[in-house]
Order: sequence, then C-alpha cells, then structure tokens
Amino acid sequence: MTADTEKAAAPETPAAGPQAIKAVPVRHYGRYLTAVIAIGLLASIVYAFGQGKINWHAVPDYFFDDRILTGVGKTLLLTVLSMVIGIVGGIVLAVMRLSKNPVTSSIAWFYIWFFRGTPVLVQLFVWFNLGLVFQYINLGPIYKDYWSSFMTPLLTALLGLGLNEAAYMAEICRAGLLAVDEGQTEASHALGMSHAKTLRRIVIPQAMRVIVPPTGNEVINMLKTTSLVAAVQFQELFRYAQDIGQNSGAPVEMYFLAAAWYLIMTSILSVGQYYVERYYARGSSRQLPATPWQKVRAHLGSFSSRKVAV
Amino acid sequence: MTEKLSGARAVAPRDPSVPMVKSEGVHKSFGPVEVLQGIDLEVKAGEVFCLIGPSGSGKSTFLRCINHLEKINAGRLYVDGELVGYRQKGDRLYELKDSEVALKRRDIGMVFQRFNLFPHLTAAENVMEAPVQVKGVSKAQARERATQLLERVGLADKAGNYPSQLSGGQQQRVAIARALAMDPKLMLFDEPTSALDPELVGDVLDVMRDLAESGMTMVVVTHEMGFAREVGDSLVFMDGGVVVESGHPREVLTDPQHERTKAFLSKVL
Repeated sequence: MTADTEKAAAPETPAAGPQAIKAVPVRHYGRYLTAVIAIGLLASIVYAFGQGKINWHAVPDYFFDDRILTGVGKTLLLTVLSMVIGIVGGIVLAVMRLSKNPVTSSIAWFYIWFFRGTPVLVQLFVWFNLGLVFQYINLGPIYKDYWSSFMTPLLTALLGLGLNEAAYMAEICRAGLLAVDEGQTEASHALGMSHAKTLRRIVIPQAMRVIVPPTGNEVINMLKTTSLVAAVQFQELFRYAQDIGQNSGAPVEMYFLAAAWYLIMTSILSVGQYYVERYYARGSSRQLPATPWQKVRAHLGSFSSRKVAV
Repeated sequence: MTEKLSGARAVAPRDPSVPMVKSEGVHKSFGPVEVLQGIDLEVKAGEVFCLIGPSGSGKSTFLRCINHLEKINAGRLYVDGELVGYRQKGDRLYELKDSEVALKRRDIGMVFQRFNLFPHLTAAENVMEAPVQVKGVSKAQARERATQLLERVGLADKAGNYPSQLSGGQQQRVAIARALAMDPKLMLFDEPTSALDPELVGDVLDVMRDLAESGMTMVVVTHEMGFAREVGDSLVFMDGGVVVESGHPREVLTDPQHERTKAFLSKVL
C-alpha cells in the first residue's frame, strides 16, 4: 500500500530532491536592541567593579593561602558529614512517616514540623548553648564530661546542620518512596520477599531516581549554608577568609575570594550530580544520555570521518 | 519443548486427594463494598482453573486472596491443605507473622496484568532476584537457571535487556519466568494478556499452554475464552462476588445454564 504511493510519487519529484526554499528572513530588530542594552549594562557593572577601591591583587595573592585551603577542606568535610547525617536521618524519618504505627509517624511528623519551621541559625545557637540545660553529659561508664567541653564547635555545627537537613531530606525521601508504583511492592511480596528486602532491593533503588536531583540541590545548599557556622566558632572557609581580611586590610577582597571558592566547589558538585543521576536512570529510559565526554568523542569522530569523506 | 517448563523441581510427595486451593464461604469487603460474598470452590492439583466474569465481579480480588495480598473477612481459604494467612489452634485463629506469610508465598507464583517487572533490573536479574534474595541460591546458579527459564519462554537473547526495552508480550513472558524461578507449586495469573496488543497475546498464551502441559496447577483470571476452552480443566463464572456457574470449560462456554452467564458470553464470544 505505502509502497504503491511511493512509486506513484517518485517520478514527479526531480532527481536532485525538492528545491530548498530561499527566502529573505524576518529581521528581529527588537532582539538586536535588547542584546545591545544587556551587553551595555553588563559592561558598565564590570567597569564599576574595576574602578572601585578594590585591591583585586589581594585575591590571587591569598587564593591558595594555607588558611584558605584548610578552610576549603573543613567546609567540604562539614558538608559531607552533615549531608550523611541528613540523608540517613531523612531516610529513617521518611520510613517512620510512612509506617502504619501512629506513634512513630507522629514523632516523625513533629520532628519535621519543628526543624523545618525554625531557622537553622537559631538552631545552631541553641545547640551551642544547651549547656544551660545540661551541665554535664553522662553516658555512664563510657563517657562523662562538662557539656561545654563536650559540645565542640564541630559537633555543634554537625548537629545543627545535619538534624535540620534530615527534616528536608525526609520529605524528599518520602516523595521518592511514594513515587514507586505499588505493583512493585506487590510483585516483590508475591515472590516471598520480606518488607525490609522489598524496601532495600526494589523500592529504594527506584525511588533514588526521584530523590537524587533534589538531593543534589540540597548538597549545594548545604555547602553554602556551612558559612553560617562561623557564628558558633567553627573555623571554615568563610571564617578564615574573614580573619585574613581583617589582618591583611583587604576584608571585601576576601569575600570575593570566598565567593570564588564556593562557586568552584558547587560547580564540581553539579558535575558529580549529573553522573549520579545518570547511574540511577538505568532501566528507566531506553538509552542512557551520553556523557559530555562521550559527546566530545562522538564529535571528534564525526570530524575525522568528514575528513575521510573529503 | 520436551523438557517441561517447571524444570528440575524435586516434587515433594503430596497427597493427591488434597485440593491445591480450597475456598469455603470466602468474604471480602473494601469498606462498605462487599466484593466477595461467599466463594466456595476447589482447585485440584495439576489442573488449569479458569475464572471468568465481568469486571468488578471479584475474580481478581479472589485471586489476590489466595496468596494473601488481600486479607479475607470471613470464611476459610486453604492452599495445599494449609490455611492462608492464619494458624488454627483449637477453634482459635492466630494471624501469621509477615515472615511466615512470606514463606508461604514462595510456593505461589503470581503473574500480574501490568507485568510489574522491576524496571531497574535486567530481564535476567528480574528472574534471579527472588531465588538469590529469598532462597539464598548462589548468583552463578541463579543466573544459569534464569538463562534456562528465559530460553523456555523464548527470550534467551533478551537476558541483558531492561524491561523498558521489551515489548509488553516479552515483559509478560519474563514475568512468568520470574515466577517460575521460585519453583512454585501453584501459579496465579491475573488477566495476564489484558494489557497486551492483540498480536502479542499469542506468545504469552503459548507459554501458559506449555506450562499447563507440564502439569503445573494454574488459576487463571482471563478474558481469553479460546484459551479457557482449549487448555482449561475447570471454569467458574463469577458475577457480583458470587460463583454463578461452574463446570468443564467446554460445557459452560457452549451450553451455559444460567441467564447471567448466557448474557455475558453472548457479549464476549
């Protein structure tokens, strides 16, 4: 049937194929104008910063300063540890929230309500000053100390950031778990798999596809939020940058330096997120998207094949 | 296809007089809606038992009660002589623990209307998952068995494909292989061909026919009257949560006694 119509249509079209249309394109003058205005504004902002009383040379001078590098390391450490607490806590809270036990689900609800509803800076100060409530920490024979010497800046920062993060991660994980079709649980149960195995082997791997993108967002957010812990005496990138700024007489320059470091780290994290997402996409799309590296190689391949053709 | 689908299963000597499934006055309600209103039936070991009826008649619900995916509200349901979901001591019933229910489900394979393959695992991994995770079979052994089973359902070359890369008919055949990997003594089919393109139905029915010939006990909820007539040993017509008519498929389908059955069959045949 289709073959017949093709045959019938074939003689009418010339052998060289249909003639390409050559027409005068519409000129979008508005576009030119807005582009010029935008570039002009950008240039004036850059010029203003260049003209300001900012000693730009201080930035490269201190960019790889030992203190800055230590600060970068501590910021990364704090981000990773806080996110680990946040993710583990979030999964536990999400499972509690979805459990049939009304007590555990209410507790999880209350936790999320409280930690999501108060600013993280306030939480950090509360953790730091809990010595007013607990004078000592006494874990029987294992550990006993004054609260003030137990609650180091690092522990304060970790608890403050991690527990707050757990509340957000709980909602993200819950959304992920709910996104998995109920038929998956049924099929797994019908095969004789236990609740725990079903969750671990079947539901969570599928939930990850939904959980990873917002979690990447959370990691990047967390990296930036760590700058708040300077308030509870923890030394990280922002705090070190401030200190250098006060001693070297270039305080504002050091803020730019810190901003540059934060940008570098968040950029690297975004690349990492791309690959994690790609990993969990297996099975959900028929063909995985190519990695940037694969795309580059494919282009190189097409260039070389073109050369061969010429 | 001389080798049987059920493979090298060591069949435990069982009393052939004990029915594989026995249902006595089974009731099931979802809230105020009484979906099953007293189901009495018996599935003999080795037979292909077909359940037909209009949608909403409770046939799928009844099937799901057999492996305790749904809890029954009244009556008694036995699989291979053992109560489903409960333990009886004296005249008192004790609910089974989740782990005990899981243990019983190992022996009952189930095939769903919407396949429910695990999308993050390849076809072979889908088949291997339960033997490895539930029975503790070694991965190498499970892979070998998965290869055999996929070959039997005609999908040896698709072992490494993810479900999204397979057609509906291929997915359903993988789902059958997945259920068979647990060496079940009973297979439940919940409208296995209803979500398939008409072209693909045949492949799945062929696999089921083959399975029936191997002597597997099968309870099949279906709209495929041709399959029921050819392969079925018993047939039950359900409507409104009760069994309206039952008997040999050929008799019920060609010479229905009940008005309701006649009306239903005149529409589907």
